Amino acid sequence: MQATVQQFPPFREVTDVHAHDDHGHGHGEHHEPNFWQKYIFSTDHKVIGIQYGFMSLCFMLFGFFLMILMRWQIAHPGVPVPVLGPLLEKILGQPAAHGAISPDLYNSFGAMHGTIMVFLGVVPLAFAAFGNYVVPLMIGAPDMTFPRINMASFHAFFLGGVVMLVSFFIPGGAAQAGWTSYSPLATTIPTNGQAFWLVGMVLLITSSLLGAVNFIATIIQLRAPGMTWMRLPWFVWAQFVTAFILLLAFPPLEAAGVLQLMDNLAHTSFFLPTGLAVGGQLADRSGGGSPLLWQHLFWFLGHPEVYVLILPAMGIVIEVIANNTRKPIWGYKSLVYSVLFVGFLSFIVWAHHMYLTGMGQKIATFFQATTMMISVPSVIILTCMFLSLWGGSIRINTPMLFALGFLPMFGIGGLTGLPLGLAAADLYLHDTYYIIAHFHYVVAPGTIFALFAGVYFWFPKMTGRKMNEFWGRVHFWCSLAFMNIVFMPMFAQGIKGMLRRMSDGAVNYSAARVPGAIDALPGSVMQLNGVILWAAVCLGIAQIPFIINLFWSINHGEKVGANPWRATTLDWQTPTPPPHGNFEHSPVVVRGPYEYSAPGHAEDFTPQDEAESPTTPLTPTAHH
Amino acid sequence: MEIPYTIESRPDTGLYNAKLGIWLFLASEVMLFGGLFSAYVLLRVGAEPGMWPHGWLNVTFGTINTLLLALSAITTLLAWAACKVRDFTKFKIFHACTILLALTFLGIKSYEYHDKLIHYEVQLTNGKFADGHLIEKSKDFDLANKTGSVTLHGRIVEDEKDLMDLRTPAAQSAKLDEVTIAATDIKKMENYGPKHNTFTAIYFTLTGLHALHILGGTVVIFYFWAFGGAMWKTDPERFTNRIEVSGLFWHFVDLVWIFLFPVLYLT
Repeated sequence: MQATVQQFPPFREVTDVHAHDDHGHGHGEHHEPNFWQKYIFSTDHKVIGIQYGFMSLCFMLFGFFLMILMRWQIAHPGVPVPVLGPLLEKILGQPAAHGAISPDLYNSFGAMHGTIMVFLGVVPLAFAAFGNYVVPLMIGAPDMTFPRINMASFHAFFLGGVVMLVSFFIPGGAAQAGWTSYSPLATTIPTNGQAFWLVGMVLLITSSLLGAVNFIATIIQLRAPGMTWMRLPWFVWAQFVTAFILLLAFPPLEAAGVLQLMDNLAHTSFFLPTGLAVGGQLADRSGGGSPLLWQHLFWFLGHPEVYVLILPAMGIVIEVIANNTRKPIWGYKSLVYSVLFVGFLSFIVWAHHMYLTGMGQKIATFFQATTMMISVPSVIILTCMFLSLWGGSIRINTPMLFALGFLPMFGIGGLTGLPLGLAAADLYLHDTYYIIAHFHYVVAPGTIFALFAGVYFWFPKMTGRKMNEFWGRVHFWCSLAFMNIVFMPMFAQGIKGMLRRMSDGAVNYSAARVPGAIDALPGSVMQLNGVILWAAVCLGIAQIPFIINLFWSINHGEKVGANPWRATTLDWQTPTPPPHGNFEHSPVVVRGPYEYSAPGHAEDFTPQDEAESPTTPLTPTAHH
Repeated sequence: MEIPYTIESRPDTGLYNAKLGIWLFLASEVMLFGGLFSAYVLLRVGAEPGMWPHGWLNVTFGTINTLLLALSAITTLLAWAACKVRDFTKFKIFHACTILLALTFLGIKSYEYHDKLIHYEVQLTNGKFADGHLIEKSKDFDLANKTGSVTLHGRIVEDEKDLMDLRTPAAQSAKLDEVTIAATDIKKMENYGPKHNTFTAIYFTLTGLHALHILGGTVVIFYFWAFGGAMWKTDPERFTNRIEVSGLFWHFVDLVWIFLFPVLYLT
């Protein structure tokens, strides 16, 4: 190896070259990029982050509308959907005849709501959008390690989304077997929607894979000089572990997807048992396959995926809390070790989704034990967040409100998960609305609140303007209220025995029971369906201030400087918005990420790259 | 600022970016093939007694293919070594060998696939099974309308289980003849394609995915081989890194075959 390579850091020299470059833009950019180069085929991590953010917000809104339609059908089975009904019939035809939602269509919407929210909404927003925009800035890097692969990752994601959307319009409609796509149902439903779903998933998995490789390589290779592992902002740690989960957990689902695609298109029998009857007739299949195999492969991804949804959100919450309590985060090292432990354990808990499959008592016991174990580091993380509030001079603003809202909401989601992790309790609660309430508390008022916090928090870095504070608070309080009115009743419905996936809101199920019998659904449980519907509609209306605020503030928000939150991490030590290449000078990190209210400093925050004293040799590259 | 460590290694990790990237990618590939291998295990363990096939694949072809890939791993390494000592001619020779070996592998693989696709198992109306390679179908052969006949090179057995283990002395010594079957005697006729049973399904899926990896690796190596001259002249270090990274991928693909061969051919 050449001797010059050993000098640390080598890219100091590159920075010097740039110092002489007075043209304001980097190498290789001899002309202004046109619209396509700038916004569609950009390799800049910040543009890609915004692309991901915009697309995933659109998909989330779309997934939300699917949910509203389903809630209407649950509350008013068979009644034509008001306002949207005629449009629905025009677009989708027979399955939405007379503007009402047929059971098949309901199944499609259910499957696609889950798929879109998880794989096209939350993961790309939490991991790809915030990760892309913030991680390179936080570690003091000029870009992601592989900018062109980063672009390819977004394009694969976009194509995957297109395939998913197109599947609504093919004969028979989109996939109907739930977002979990259990076989043999997924193979025997007579629509090609499942094949589209699988191809879409393969594209999305490819996108995640490229993103994950890029994130890990970036965090390992491109940390600025002095940015040691224990000086990384915890958000970066969370993204790092998330990337590893995506890298290692998604491929088995890709394998499962390939096998199910073979089942659907080449008529193999990977997941089809011997003697399978479809429509009263023996299926023309060789048989010999295993439906349980699909469930294992699916949940091997499916459970780590839960942590893909939650870890980046926790990372955002930690950053916002540290910034707004104006004190160091409590238990930084515990947080780091906890997130690593969560990442590892998330790979060995998957079968707690399968207690009812008859896989065996011993296996259930093992997975029950690991499931209880994984709640420990999760609770440590949440405890650190709560304890960080203690004794802080808390600044209340919109991002902080959403971060604070995250804490009890995620707490409810997490704690209600404990009975589901225990096989005995799960036998009763499995496949009821209790499950729906549990995981929505984790993801909707949990993760999505944290994502809102992130949007309000980093918006000034992306645009140089703040979002409107008043409407931000309206957005928060309305969302908090209606989220709870939507999801809290579902616990009661589930405990009373209302099953999920019933397209008529349990009307037939309830009617089939003897009134007053122990397994009958009381009328009060059914009436909650109406409450939930209108709370969901109100929740939708509560997002209008956010949408308007988001676009209006781009040009009309209050103008702010480069570091409006007076934050310590490197993402706030760049110009706003950060130029191509991010930093004017290569930052040199000299301290940890959360040096707030450090004694002996004039300000109540000390940026990570602020030199300790004027006599240190690092001064020429540090800036104030 | 420019992206650092694109060519030279970062001192504390000892890696340049692409090398770390390919290792991470390979980790995910391990999980991909790991998922498929675990599917193989579960299907095989869950098969009804006596219904998991043995000896259906040609060990000679498999062995030749194993040797071809092993040889190509050596030439890949030598090609990279040639780049390291800045000998472009040698690089050209070694990677030409790699490409030829890979193409030969794919040729043999396609022949094996073809052999499976013309191999038919015919369930007869009298409960017996005819099994063999297709010689010809008569011009008016139509299974739906029960006209014509089909000629196979093979044998007729009493029970489907007799077709499952071809390693037994009885199966080894079975006499193969031309068998002509009238369409009226056929209950069901199916070739040894992916849908035949779970063994052929996993065989085609695993080796097909592996063959796609071989094809992809060959295209990349061919691209560097044919069009790498320009970068070699301007930036030989970067070119050498590319050969190293593509070589790592190639070694991984070889390694997958090292697992596929015994699992599918020898057990």
